[in-house]
Formats: sequence, C-alpha cells, structure tokens
Amino acid sequence: MSTLDLTPRLTDPDTLFEALVEAHRGLAPDASRRLDAKLVLLLANHIGDGDVVQQAIAAAIGNPAATPAAPSDTA
Amino acid sequence: MQSTYVHPHYAHVPPTDDGARHKVVVVGGGLVGLTTALDLAHRGQQVVLLDDDETVSVGSRAISFAKRTLEIYARLGLGARLLGKGVTWNVGQVFFGDRSIFAFDLLAEPGHQYPAFVNLQQYYLEQWLVEACQATGLVDLRWRNRVVAVENRPDAVDLTIEVPGGSYRLTAEWVLACDGAHSFVRETLGLPFVGKVFRDRFLIADVLMKAGFPAERWFWFDPPFHRGGSVLLHRQADDVWRIEFQLGWDSDPEAERAPDRVCARVRAMLGPDVPFELEWLSIYTFRCRRLEKFRHGRILFLGDAAHQVSPFGARGGNSGVQDADNLAWKLLAVLRGDAPQTLLDTYDEERAAAADENILASTRSTDFITPKNEAARAYRDAVLELSEQHAFARPLVNSGRLSEPAVLRASRLNTPDAGSWTGGLPPGAPAADAPVVCDGREDWLLRHLTADGFTLLLFGTPDEAPAAALTAPAGRTRQGAWPVRSVFVSPVEGDGVLWDREGLAAARYDAQSGTAVLLRPDQHVAARWRSFDAVAVAAARRRALGITGDERQRIPA
Repeated sequence: MSTLDLTPRLTDPDTLFEALVEAHRGLAPDASRRLDAKLVLLLANHIGDGDVVQQAIAAAIGNPAATPAAPSDTA
Repeated sequence: MQSTYVHPHYAHVPPTDDGARHKVVVVGGGLVGLTTALDLAHRGQQVVLLDDDETVSVGSRAISFAKRTLEIYARLGLGARLLGKGVTWNVGQVFFGDRSIFAFDLLAEPGHQYPAFVNLQQYYLEQWLVEACQATGLVDLRWRNRVVAVENRPDAVDLTIEVPGGSYRLTAEWVLACDGAHSFVRETLGLPFVGKVFRDRFLIADVLMKAGFPAERWFWFDPPFHRGGSVLLHRQADDVWRIEFQLGWDSDPEAERAPDRVCARVRAMLGPDVPFELEWLSIYTFRCRRLEKFRHGRILFLGDAAHQVSPFGARGGNSGVQDADNLAWKLLAVLRGDAPQTLLDTYDEERAAAADENILASTRSTDFITPKNEAARAYRDAVLELSEQHAFARPLVNSGRLSEPAVLRASRLNTPDAGSWTGGLPPGAPAADAPVVCDGREDWLLRHLTADGFTLLLFGTPDEAPAAALTAPAGRTRQGAWPVRSVFVSPVEGDGVLWDREGLAAARYDAQSGTAVLLRPDQHVAARWRSFDAVAVAAARRRALGITGDERQRIPA
C-alpha cells in the first residue's frame, strides 16, 4: 500500500495557492463547491490509488490516528 | 387503465386435505414463489404452493431480467419465451440537464446466448411460471389460500390457512416463505427486518405509446422537463414504456397520483405531439433492509420476504430468482437424504452475502441519485459534468449498478484454489456461457450442464483427457445421487466433445489443456484444478454437498 506523502513537494507553493484561489473568483458558493469537487476527482483519478485518497481524506479531516506516521528514518 | 394485458383468473378449489402433511409448502405465488416451486418440480419434487390472490401481479413491477436470471429460466424451460416476448437491451444512456453525456454497453463482448437484460412486465413471467408449474404435474397451486398462523416446530411447521368459507391446517416439513416485502410469515415469527428508509418518493408511470426511442435504458439527471429530479425511461413489451420520476420527499403522494398531473409530467417529457395512454401508475418510497438469518429452523425466506433493495439496478426480482436457484437443489438434496440439513445454512450464508452486496450497491445508487446534502450534490454534479468530456469520470456516474450475479466467494462449499490462475472463474462464481459446436451444430456451453448433479468441465483435446475421466460414467467420479458428469471442452472438433471453436470457453474459464472445473447443480463453480484428479473431484463434490468428515458415516454419497 502506498503512503500519502506529507513532506513538502511543491517547487512553487505560492503560485499553486494563488491558482487555486483564483479559480474560484466570482463563483457563487454552489459553483465554487462544484469546482473543488471536480478538482478532487481529477486529482484522485490521477493518483489512481484509493488507499492514498483515503489517507488524504483522513488527513484532511484532521484525524491523527488515520494519518499514517511519518517514515521513522526521517528526522 | 391497463389495456395491453388481461389478467388470468385462477379458480380456487376448496381444500380436501385438512390436517395433511406435505414435504414442501411454498407460501406466496409471486415471481419468487413460483420460480422456487418450478425449480423444485423440475427436479422431481412435489410442492404445495399457497397464494392469497387468484391471479398474477398487478402492475409491471420488476421489469428488467438480467443475463444470469435468463440463464436460470433457460434451465427451467422459459428462456426462449422471455427472449421472444421481452425487449432485449444492452445499452444505457445518461443525460444531464439537456445533454446526453455518455452511453454504456452492458454486454460489450460477443459470444453469449442471453443478452445483458430483457425487459418484460412481471405478470407475463408469472403467468408462464404458473403454466410451467401446472405442466409439471407436481405443483399443487392453491389460490385464495391465506396463511394466518404459523407454528415453527423443530421437525415440521404447522400452518393454518384461511380459504373462502373457512380455514384448514397443513403440516409442512419445510416452508419456503416467498410472501414478499410484507411477509406474514416473517412478521408472525416476530423477526426483525432492519435497514434504512430513504427519504425520497418516486412515481412510476407505465405508458402505452408508439415512440421512436430505441430499446435502451435512458436516465436523466436534472432534465429541463423535470428540474431538480431524475427520470428513467425504459421500454417493455407491448409498446409499454416505464417512466419513473423522482418526486422528492416533500411531494404530496395523493396529489401526484392524479392522472391529469401524471399526464402533464409525461407530456412535458415527450413533447406535445406524442400520443400516449397511461397503463399503470404507482408512487413508492423504498427501503434497503434484510432479515439477519434467511433460515429459521424449517422455514426459509426468499426474495423480498428476506431482503429488500431500492429499485435502482434491478436487484429485487433478479436476486429473488437467484435465491430460488440457490435453494432448490440444496433442499432437494436434504429431503432425499443426500446431504445434511446444514447444507441449508449455506443458503443463508451465500444469499445473505449476495443480499448485502445488493443492498450496498443499491444504497450507493440511491445516494448518488438523491444527494443527501450540498456537498454530496456538488460531488454528484461534478462527476456528471466531468463525464461528458472525460472518460475517467464515467465509471463514477451511478444511475443504478445493474444486477450482476453474486460470486459466492466466502462459501464453505467452495474448494479453495490451488495452482496458479490469472483470472477466469473463481470458486463461487456462476458458470460463464460460451458458444460451442456440438455434433456439428452451433450450441451453447450452459445447455450442457447437468441440473440433477455436478458437471466437470474438462478442457483439452480428447486424446489428452485423463483415462479416469473418460471412464467417468462407471468410474470414481460418478457417485450415486448428484453424480458428476464430465463434459469435454476441446479446441478441436471431435465425437462427444464440445468444440470451443472460438476459444471463448477456455478464455472465460482461464483454462489450459488439462484444466478441470467442477460446477454445482446451480451452475456455480465449486472447485477448479490445473489437472484432473478423481480423488480431488470426489472430495470437492462432497464438500459442495455440505458433507463433512463426520457426516460421511451417515449420508450415503
């Protein structure tokens, strides 16, 4: 089973954050919600691993028990 | 309202056997009760069937009969009739708003005798089942017989039955409760029937029209003619079309039932120029629930009496027919002393697992069709919008996961796989059909399976066949009752073999030369091997009959 990678991986985090927020500009709440749902579905399919998505759901909910422990060899 | 079908009237005959004892009494003469009775009669068993009505079902009810169900009815002699009268379909289309977003083919591969689905009004099938039961001479069909009391004793069941002008009593060694979602037998035993109620309401309008729609399942999410709801359009026999409108929980069922209102909804959908007549209408809510156990001593529950699902996916009628298919041979083996009574517990185990699968699938469909909150709606609509452009999203669209037969994976009747398999049919799976050539004629594999015993499919050319299998009729694989009959499936033509000319049988069973597959009397895989071993076949057969080490002393096998 693959493990959700929770280490920083983005080379340009500010651009990504801006792009996410920008995508919602001018959208009504329901359209905004639908946009986020589409993003999740697109990315989940790209990941293609239900276990990883389940771990991401648990991490998003903030359930520490369901979030996999970091590999022990990282400091 | 109904103009295309005249209900038969079955005359009540006053009972003359008050206090009699019968081996098998089926309670309920609907689709499942009649199928169970016919299956038992086909296997030579006398059955008494009690029904509180005097005709077949009113309204179209179950309409979509799945491939596996058709194969079961083929075994019972009704396959050709279903194909002849019913509407064959394999394709579904999904619409969102005013656009068609994609189509799917449920039977994408060729080489099956039966299609993915045939649509037919339930009353036709019930009528044919009655006729087929009568033709066996073994089914005592008793109309206007209402069970009003049940006493479930350890060795038999006492029934009190109300008939016009009085009541009488029967004792049954086994009672098969097929008396539907409101099962009296279940209720009088006080058995909890637990599950989930869905807060939604649907209108079924069966309309008679000469319409140019293809024989496909069309499903709309949020169409312009019914904003905010879903609509299903499905063709049945006699130019009758099933239309289902999702009405929502806040709708007023009494007001929605008014024919004017129903006609207005239908006209909005079809356009002003399509003439139609209302054939039948019904408003329903639904639940997903099941009995904890399908066997209670000498009473066994089948169909809606045992489990109820939402209608999305055609899993009600189809699963009830599979219940009958699963139980009939087991009950017979027990009645004849060929198997221990514990074999009947495997009916509960196998079909309860199937019911759970059906409940899960139909619950998920319902949750997709009726989003429970704003987030669920956002995801649902996101899936629908994405699926128009992107193939990846289409498998997420859930307008009903259409009935597929259960694979009885966890059954204790299965002999676990040894050897290496890269697919094919694992133990517990229903047999797959394939085109074959037999004695120079085009034929189908399933037609060569034996119903009163086990079938051993032996793959390979006849000159490679093991000698022990070739001498099977007198040899070690042939037991007394429920014998094993060998069927040779060969890549080359030859006498006494099924020629797998297209190689589809071998492909579907992941077979190589030498592969042996043992099928139960209900056509489910009991065991499979890479090479034939008479001792292993005999052991797998005993296991599939529920005969464990201890019982070998008592049960003649």
